[in-house]
Amino acid sequence: MFHTASTTPEKLLQMLAALLLFAAVLGVILFIAGRIGGRSGDKYVAYLYLLPVVLLLAVGLVYPGLRTIYESFFDAAGKAFIGFDNYKTIFTDSDQLIVLRNTVFWVVFTPFVATGVGLVYAILVDKSRFESVAKALIFLPMAISFVAAAVIWKFMYEYRPDQANVKQIGLINQIIVWLGGKPVQLLIESPLNSFLLIAVMIWIQSGFAMTVLSAAIKAIPDDIIEAARLDGVNAWSMFRKITLPSVRPTVVVVLTTIGIGTLKVFDIVRTMTGGQFKTSVVANEFYSQTFRADNQGLGAALAVLLFILVIPIVVYNIRQVRQSEAR
Amino acid sequence: MTTAAPLATAPELVPAKPSAAQIAKKKLSSPWASLAAIVIAVLWTIPTFGLLVSSFRPERAIKRTGWWTFFSDPTVTLDNYKAVFGQDGGVNLADFFVNSLIICIPSVLIPLALASLAAYAFAWIDFKGKNLLFLAIFALQIVPLQVTLLPLLEIFVKIHLTGTFWTLWLAHSTFALPLAIYLLHNFMREIPAGLIEAARVDGAGHVSIFFKVMLPLLTPALAAFGIFQFLWVWNDLLVALVFAGGGNDVAPITLQLANLSGTRGTAWQLLSSGAFVSIIVPVTVFLLLQRYFVRGLLAGSVKG
Repeated sequence: MFHTASTTPEKLLQMLAALLLFAAVLGVILFIAGRIGGRSGDKYVAYLYLLPVVLLLAVGLVYPGLRTIYESFFDAAGKAFIGFDNYKTIFTDSDQLIVLRNTVFWVVFTPFVATGVGLVYAILVDKSRFESVAKALIFLPMAISFVAAAVIWKFMYEYRPDQANVKQIGLINQIIVWLGGKPVQLLIESPLNSFLLIAVMIWIQSGFAMTVLSAAIKAIPDDIIEAARLDGVNAWSMFRKITLPSVRPTVVVVLTTIGIGTLKVFDIVRTMTGGQFKTSVVANEFYSQTFRADNQGLGAALAVLLFILVIPIVVYNIRQVRQSEAR
Repeated sequence: MTTAAPLATAPELVPAKPSAAQIAKKKLSSPWASLAAIVIAVLWTIPTFGLLVSSFRPERAIKRTGWWTFFSDPTVTLDNYKAVFGQDGGVNLADFFVNSLIICIPSVLIPLALASLAAYAFAWIDFKGKNLLFLAIFALQIVPLQVTLLPLLEIFVKIHLTGTFWTLWLAHSTFALPLAIYLLHNFMREIPAGLIEAARVDGAGHVSIFFKVMLPLLTPALAAFGIFQFLWVWNDLLVALVFAGGGNDVAPITLQLANLSGTRGTAWQLLSSGAFVSIIVPVTVFLLLQRYFVRGLLAGSVKG
């Protein structure tokens, strides 16, 4: 049951066994909970209901998290204590500085551009005849994996050498050629390549921004709009004085949510360039150092850095949500 | 969640009064607004469309001419799809497709069941340390997966689970819990307390209340989170790489696609069809259950 299943029937059987085992565990929990009677027994029911969750979280999240923080103070093999040296490396080593620079690019550009596009598009298609189709088009990339999105865009960026009988097969380079330019090795030229990878993330996240902002726009009370309309407010002031202030809290939440997602982005970089040609970011560098370069200590430090970078954004996010709920 | 949820679904049905955005748009002189919307829509669709067209073109054509020439020289073939499923290409996408399904099903069901029990305890039972524990679980949402991967892998090595589906089931289930508990808890708190009190007075225990009162009301929330988790697990690469990177026996389709892109980056006939095979399930799920998905999204972000 706990071995590697290699044929399809074996795999299905293992899945079934796992689900049955899980159901049995649940059954035992519910059986015991059912026998605990009366209000005095309430708290035991609660502990029972929480037991599996607390166990899983303790073993699968809390312990590993603490362990990684601990290991970030050790060397590549995880043997010798080296204090803050790993962190020093991140902030002084020239390769690592490029990783940090790229991460800043990602976190600054992705949320703002994606939210901007999402907001504009949400306003443009609002209550139009094709609203739901128009929205689905932008939203669909959200359902696609980062890996598939990376493949889709790699094809867009494909480069063929500039020779007489060679035709471009990537659309971007073809457009460059149509405009009279020479084809560019788009994914190799730094720092252009980082921005081209960021474009993929924007492509994915705009749909999210659009959906959430569209809901916020539709929530603006009718009487405010009506009043402004009677006052003869023009389109630009309507946007600036009514739409924007009304959806501002949502905009902040969308920005921060995309920001957090962007910090952790790994699949796109790995699939498109493997972090080569100066395109690596913290989340990708973490993977390369931990599992490719066997530098456990540095990998752990990068993971911790990711954690630290996420915290202020999350705190800000929660405060904004609280505020918007209080209104 | 109460206000956000209906918003997501209502607009399509209600041709209500003009909104601020609509007025803004109208006054922006409609043709320009429509044009801008169309430009964005086209920009967003072309990349996928180009690869989709390519996946039906013969290998020779894909590698020599751009996909846009398809319209002047349309040749359609299913060879690329046969190649990714066939044994000779060495891609064997069917196996990985099965793996993805086998990874997904328990990874959705287990956290859903566990989280609804826990959410019930947090929402409707009083016990010591409740607020502190809830806050702690809420806070765990911000822990990036990266921080947990290596130590978790070491645990799996120690208990001899590496190379099995168990690693992925356990990892995905655990990672899903904080958000699932939080969302389901919020949803359960919306259910009127009188309903639970009445059941208690009738002599129902927490088990029968959970099944008879809570579960039927909870279906939309469970569906929303279930779809969310399904898409997340199906589309995941990082967790799969770390825990199933060694063997093909348990690797999901995303991993095979990523490997293909790394080792045969110019084999566009395989990459294009492979990408679409991997996309088909999440896109179908998404299109069929968009309503629930959007609701989950709004619950998770606007009110999260």
